Amino acid sequence: MNKTVITVVGKDTVGIIAKVCTYLSENKINILDISQTIVQGYFTMMMIADYSAADKDFVTLAEELKATGNDIGVEIRMQKSEIFDNMHRI
Amino acid sequence: MINISEVIETNEMISKENLDVRTITLGISLLDCVSDDLSRLNENIYNKITTLAKDLVATGDYIGKSYGVPIVNKRISVTPVSIIGASACRKPGDFVTIAQTLDRAAKEVGVNFIGGYSALVSKAMTTAESLLIDSIPEALASTEKVCSSVNLGSTKTGINMDAVVRMGKVIKQTAVLTKDRDSIGCAKLVVFCNAPDDNPFMAGAFHGVTEGDCVINVGVSGPGVVLHALESVKGADFGTLCETIKKTAFKITRVGQLVALEASSRLGIPFGIVDLSLAPTPAVGDSIADILKSIGLEQPGAPGTTAALALLNDQVKKGGVMASSYVGGLSGAFIPVSEDQGMIDAANAGALSIEKLEAMTCVCSVGLDMIAVPGDTPDSSISGIIADEMAIGMVNAKTTAVRLIPVIGKTVGDTAEFGGLLGYAPIMPVNRFSCEDMMKRGGRIPAPIHSFKN
Repeated sequence: MNKTVITVVGKDTVGIIAKVCTYLSENKINILDISQTIVQGYFTMMMIADYSAADKDFVTLAEELKATGNDIGVEIRMQKSEIFDNMHRI
Repeated sequence: MINISEVIETNEMISKENLDVRTITLGISLLDCVSDDLSRLNENIYNKITTLAKDLVATGDYIGKSYGVPIVNKRISVTPVSIIGASACRKPGDFVTIAQTLDRAAKEVGVNFIGGYSALVSKAMTTAESLLIDSIPEALASTEKVCSSVNLGSTKTGINMDAVVRMGKVIKQTAVLTKDRDSIGCAKLVVFCNAPDDNPFMAGAFHGVTEGDCVINVGVSGPGVVLHALESVKGADFGTLCETIKKTAFKITRVGQLVALEASSRLGIPFGIVDLSLAPTPAVGDSIADILKSIGLEQPGAPGTTAALALLNDQVKKGGVMASSYVGGLSGAFIPVSEDQGMIDAANAGALSIEKLEAMTCVCSVGLDMIAVPGDTPDSSISGIIADEMAIGMVNAKTTAVRLIPVIGKTVGDTAEFGGLLGYAPIMPVNRFSCEDMMKRGGRIPAPIHSFKN
């Protein structure tokens, strides 16, 4: 399994999750977990997903998702999960 | 599974606290390029570098994007050129052609610096090393990307004072040849005592002869992250302070280790070391000086500065070694003046002097770094400052370095502008009393005894 962490930060509006999920399903990325919180007034959502079935290159996916976020006025980051595992787990 | 607050913490480090991987440095051995024909040698060097490093920049960028962490610099270090050029070079100008080849190769593969225009002369020098040292001013003035370093002493050999005296003059000549750009050539020239073979940071990187054919070394950074963590423990005791720095250093270093292993596997080049350094940049908040202030100093240079820096340096290492199995290079807090806004402010405020900086280098890596001094500083005084710093390294069995910039045409009160990561620096005063007679003696200072530690 190749795990990625997707974070969405911005002002809460209708359809953010729908937009992101549509993109992920079109690209064969399977969502494993979703959580959300409010940080300093901003809507923050985190998804953990599996991209092993995706056809596109990881950086292409990350850039396309970022562009999708720009369209709806939120910041979307898609990062390989190892950076978080390495930093926060011994 | 990772939770949302951990993800937010990491991403805030990157977006607000300037967490980055400072450099991926590809070390390349040029030993198999050696030829007694100069043009053949240059061709071999160019071909080897451009072949091995052709994917370095693209790979670094790809890794940076996939983890969402910036990898600021991609660099190359090569075997000391004094060794590679020994059989082909008959005059300093011959060595300059190698510098120009390195510059061309660096531009071709898109790295921002290439290090290794170097000579290791801690005891004595060969004819080739002498020629290379003579060629440094011209080499640095006629290239953009090439960095030069000279190892002048070590704990085992003592200090080569003949070379120290020569380097005082070479630094001055380099300053004169690049005087139209605030003597920037000197920002690409560093002298060492106990130079490590696997340093990924410039200007002192070279690929040591103890290394393999090629290697990936990574330098991490993150003063802003440490600073942010310390803001949460204001007023707490030293135990809490140390614990906080250690944990933060661990996290920063783990990112470096991850990037190093990924780069190594993608490029098919062995992983060497992670250099655990806190390297500042001129960006606000990315400053070692600000950490010192956060520990409780009004300005760096105030009484207590050396102790605060010693503590910081030690905790960075303690946290970092847990995060990477292979630690090397310079590993510690860097205190360059021009590359750290807080240091620049302290120098401008009169809090920081060269003498205090010298004391600070006793407890941290690496040395008197990026310090602008008046252009009319005598060669012998530059050599004297170098000798002092080499003595600190020799006696304390640590790496020390000097990167001074005598800015031609400027004096105390003026500012030198280097641009980019090199920043800008106020010209700092140099002690006006002479050491000329000492520098005239010649020879070397013997290695120190390592018993009776006092």
